[in-house]
Amino acid sequence: MDISTDMLDVANERETDHGDLAHHDMGTGLPFRPSTFDGVISVSALQWLCYAQTSEQSAKARLMRFFSSLYTVLKRGARAALQFYPETPEQAVLISSCAAQAGFTGGLVVDYPNSAKAKKYYLCLSFEHGYRAPQALEQEGAGAATGVRVADRERQQQRRQKGKKREAIKSKDWVLAKKSRQRQQGKETRPDSKYTGRKRKDKF
Amino acid sequence: MRLLTHNVLRCAIKGVEEGYPLSIEASEVQMEESPFRPDFVKHIAPTLNWPALRQAVKQVGLPEDMLPEAVSDALLGDEAFLRALHRVLMDVHVVAGALVCPESGRRFPIAHGIPDMMIAEGECPRDDK
Repeated sequence: MDISTDMLDVANERETDHGDLAHHDMGTGLPFRPSTFDGVISVSALQWLCYAQTSEQSAKARLMRFFSSLYTVLKRGARAALQFYPETPEQAVLISSCAAQAGFTGGLVVDYPNSAKAKKYYLCLSFEHGYRAPQALEQEGAGAATGVRVADRERQQQRRQKGKKREAIKSKDWVLAKKSRQRQQGKETRPDSKYTGRKRKDKF
Repeated sequence: MRLLTHNVLRCAIKGVEEGYPLSIEASEVQMEESPFRPDFVKHIAPTLNWPALRQAVKQVGLPEDMLPEAVSDALLGDEAFLRALHRVLMDVHVVAGALVCPESGRRFPIAHGIPDMMIAEGECPRDDK
């Protein structure tokens, strides 16, 4: 589902063996029968609901319409994972508070919070009372968890999402691989030593 | 647009209660064979709205007796039935035409196989929260 017909044409040209497309603005609510979906995925779309294109639009109303209709169309026990790029931290807070207001549990997960390139925001939503959003991926040794919790106040067993964990960036292996790549390209590269890729002491 | 998608779409404008099932006005329908996945069909069958699917089959011009009047557990073990259901759900593509809301008469045009479900801000139901 996309609001842009041009993007839909691109998607249509590529193989859509198992899926169908629809032209729709998710800020006007989802046009589906209640309790239809086992899961919902959205990539880089949610932040656009924070902008009002015309004077009759309001960001809050659009977000609420989206989340309450999402709540309706999901089956009980379903999950939703929505990746987005907030422009400001306030946007991320507004988005997650609207999700909580619509009745969802879950929260915001920020992968690699200290990296400008790899930083990614995900909103992980569920119906379960004790649901906690999965652990965020981090740079090796970067310190405490950064996941912000929205709705679920009861501390329950931590749940981790299934699937393999991605390799942390700038780990020792990554540095070594990069250095050998550079050597192959004939670039000047410092020799590997026991200090290579080692974390520096936290100095203040 | 596949009939599986049609089975979950509804009209969600202001003043419409159900907005379902949308009736199909097809001007171009294509059949495109796809790999048969029995597990998928078995999983999806109980979640379908059967009357809406039968109505859709009729509206795209397929023979009405392609699907039985109701679905039962016994039928889910029958491969011929699963294949027919798979064909209806996944292989029928409405390429051009329109979807029409049974309550409000609102039309959603279909072009290049993509239904245009866009509604204006003024058509949105008021949020009660």
